[in-house]
Amino acid sequence: MGDHDYRVQDEDLIRDDIAGYLRKHETKDLLRLLTCGSVDDGKSTLIGRLLYDSKMIYEDQLAAVTRDSKIHGTVGGDFDPALLTDGLKAEREQGITIDVAYRYFSTAKRKFIIADCPGHEQYTRNMATGASTADLAVIIIDARHGVVTQTKRHAFICSLLGIKHVAVAINKLDLVGWSEAVYDRIREDFNAFVSRLAFADIHFFPICALRGDNVVDPSEHTPWYDGATLLHHMENVNIASDRNLIDMRLPVQYVMRPHLDFRGFAGTIASGVVRAGDSVVSLPSRRHSRIKAVYVDGEPIAEAFAPMAVTVTLADEIDVSRGDLLAPVHNVPTIGHDLEAMVVWMHEIPAEPGRTYLIKHTTNLVPGVLGAVRYKMDVDNLRKAPGEAHALRLNEIGRVHLTMHRPIAFDPYDRNRATGAFIIIDRVTNVTVGAGMIIDRVVREPVQGPKSRHIAEARGSVSRRDRERRLGQRGFTVWLTGLSGSGKSTIAYELERQLAAEGRLCYVLDGDNIRHGLNSDLAFSADDRAENIRRIAEVARLMNEVGVIVISAFISPYRADRRRARDIVGDGAFLEVHLDTPLAVCEARDPKGLYRKVRAGEIPQFTGITDPYEAPEAPELRLETATLSAERCAGEIVAALRGREVLP
Amino acid sequence: MVSYSLSHLKQLEAESIHILREVAAEFQNPVMLYSIGKDSSVMLDLASKAFAPGRIPFPLLHVDTQWKFQDMYRFREQVARRYDVEIRVWINPEGRDRVGPFSHGSEKHTQIMKTEALKQALDHWEHDAVFGGARRDEEKSRAKERVYSFRNRFHQWDPKNQRPELWNLYNAKVDKGESIRVFPLSNWTELDVWLYLMREKVPIVPLYFAAVRPVVERAGVLIMVDDDRMPLEPGEVVQQRKVRFRTLGCYPLTGAIESEAATIEDIVQEMLLATTSERQGRVIDYDGASSMEEKKKDGYF
Repeated sequence: MGDHDYRVQDEDLIRDDIAGYLRKHETKDLLRLLTCGSVDDGKSTLIGRLLYDSKMIYEDQLAAVTRDSKIHGTVGGDFDPALLTDGLKAEREQGITIDVAYRYFSTAKRKFIIADCPGHEQYTRNMATGASTADLAVIIIDARHGVVTQTKRHAFICSLLGIKHVAVAINKLDLVGWSEAVYDRIREDFNAFVSRLAFADIHFFPICALRGDNVVDPSEHTPWYDGATLLHHMENVNIASDRNLIDMRLPVQYVMRPHLDFRGFAGTIASGVVRAGDSVVSLPSRRHSRIKAVYVDGEPIAEAFAPMAVTVTLADEIDVSRGDLLAPVHNVPTIGHDLEAMVVWMHEIPAEPGRTYLIKHTTNLVPGVLGAVRYKMDVDNLRKAPGEAHALRLNEIGRVHLTMHRPIAFDPYDRNRATGAFIIIDRVTNVTVGAGMIIDRVVREPVQGPKSRHIAEARGSVSRRDRERRLGQRGFTVWLTGLSGSGKSTIAYELERQLAAEGRLCYVLDGDNIRHGLNSDLAFSADDRAENIRRIAEVARLMNEVGVIVISAFISPYRADRRRARDIVGDGAFLEVHLDTPLAVCEARDPKGLYRKVRAGEIPQFTGITDPYEAPEAPELRLETATLSAERCAGEIVAALRGREVLP
Repeated sequence: MVSYSLSHLKQLEAESIHILREVAAEFQNPVMLYSIGKDSSVMLDLASKAFAPGRIPFPLLHVDTQWKFQDMYRFREQVARRYDVEIRVWINPEGRDRVGPFSHGSEKHTQIMKTEALKQALDHWEHDAVFGGARRDEEKSRAKERVYSFRNRFHQWDPKNQRPELWNLYNAKVDKGESIRVFPLSNWTELDVWLYLMREKVPIVPLYFAAVRPVVERAGVLIMVDDDRMPLEPGEVVQQRKVRFRTLGCYPLTGAIESEAATIEDIVQEMLLATTSERQGRVIDYDGASSMEEKKKDGYF
């Protein structure tokens, strides 16, 4: 075989059948890659070598480099491939690369865009920039030094920015006598470190960039290596499956009204496939419609997919503007004010917790308040440095909470790069100061600990015990959880009836008295559900303080939210009751007609259908309402309360 | 199952259209710098796609040095009709009918009629965003240029202090008087440009194709005698040669190459088998190793 051959073939094709060559070239795909390494690892040399060996360097450029080699060259007058890539004058003088530079070359199979990232100075900021669009990272290691701190930083940042494929180029192998043992040791060291990172594949290449061994052509010095050359790998690594074609997301970029009969919403498809006829919901307004037509370059087509730039028209005259996001009715992102993110800080002036910045997310520009730093990542050893309220400084990475002034629709970055990423802009200087990657679940600011509770309690002279004695009962919370239609309200009111019958003071909290009042500002995203549950738990706790028995009847689908409700109310006054009913039974009951609406596409998000229900692992009580009557269920709960001496 | 894959060229087109729309949505008063060259042709064609079926929502700007090829002026008028766009023309009033490459030399001519003229035009119409057709593969200092390249009130570029640019999230925030130079074709290569022109049958200035033209050989470069303003030096003879141009600018500053290429296919074939890079035909890059970088800092595109 030999990688050299295709270049010759290409040249023959250009000479003999240029039309054939162009047809072939037009269908090539695109690989964006990032190269990272220290100054002396030979990164610029490697890129120069790739450009030179794949004939992307023209003679006059080469002549200029040869001229420059005499002045700036680092290899004693010999041809120095590094000089092909060091662009700016300042760099040429200092002999280092100071900013991300982009290089272009193509082979018979692919077109490549290389983000060439500097080694030491500003490494995090520049690497994050280059990595944000890359599919593949080429990490260069000097064989003489092996895996160093810098290597670990590079690997971590690549992983953080969502790069799935890694090629480790072990360079300068000639300087360690082409030793297989050195190669093996570096491979083991690297693998040991990155086992905690989420890469899809990692490949290792024993190379000498200066001479070209195993870069484009196989080397005669490494008979023990039977793998591909680096370029061969770059041409063949499979990136097609990295794309998210499942979750259709179309951020509206521009509204077009060329004439009264046409109202088009233009944007770049962030993920998924959009087809004429699809039911969609516009977020955050939650207005529903159907895709009437999809246009690319002004021409209607049946379907389009990421990352195409399209224009769609909708079947209904709903209000949609720039910054809104179109998504399928049955698969919507999270909508909310609050989000958690890993943030890379990129400016000399540190991040200021509590300050409002401009957040650019998809096509939205929304003010957002930067919360406290939960922890900073020590990128050298992947450890979290917790308990620091300190601001993020230049090139630091930390987990941060953000509160947006307006709700935005987002996905976690690891599921969707385009709807999970944002940049942070300083409102005064207009400069981009940070970049963020949204984390899966939203965790709110931790609830106040028991210590401060105790202080609040001690303030009054009448204690909870006094009030409970007077009522002749203990304040307690019965927390019912289960799918819609599992019988929560029915059982709650039956339990209230039974308790009232024996003279107990109790109160039912359910959607009717909470969702329409206290929590009328909340919707049904995971974020809003979490806040809903938190507030309900706080209300239950207050009522318990008075001595009232609270029966809470909410779906409360997430374990973490229920765990926090238990923490708020207090473990000793909390009875978690799982109404365990098969979905089919709930759907057949459908007391409020909600399941029917969900199936008809009128409700976008619904627990058990589009959203998960996380069943309790160890509830105090589990009741199968498919077979037990409401009276019987309420009776079981009363018995449990007696067992806990809540009731005499 | 359908593979849902996009060729590299389709991906580049989508990226460029995204940038064009983003600028139209976020800036108050954008303009597209139109140089009449092939890269401008691609950029303009993409703009017409980006806003179809509507019109392109910003004007074009041609900074006229008064020394362009006659073919270019003719082509400019055709383009305005074809795309139904407004083309604004700016000539530096201080140099109008006075400054030229023969009387003032290439450096001063470019400085006054091109760099200064551009700044005047942008100030005059108060543009806060300016599209340019430059590509990162053209020249080494361009490799580090952002897609959104910030310019201060004096149109200066600071290569050491560029805004980080991640994903396709571009920072469009500027204060009054400041502006952003936007390069939608940043990631295109010369080959990509030709492929696009060929596939989309986008018209380009005929000077790109080989034809018999009157030229003189001056310091090793073939200069076309495009009008009677060109003084012949002693011993120079106008010859009829079959030539074409790889880039277009002021005719006295643009070298022709001898060629038989009459179609885009021929041009690409010639280019791929050639061994000299594109900007070599331009006289202005030669003033020292970092000349382009210096010009860009000063406001040149």
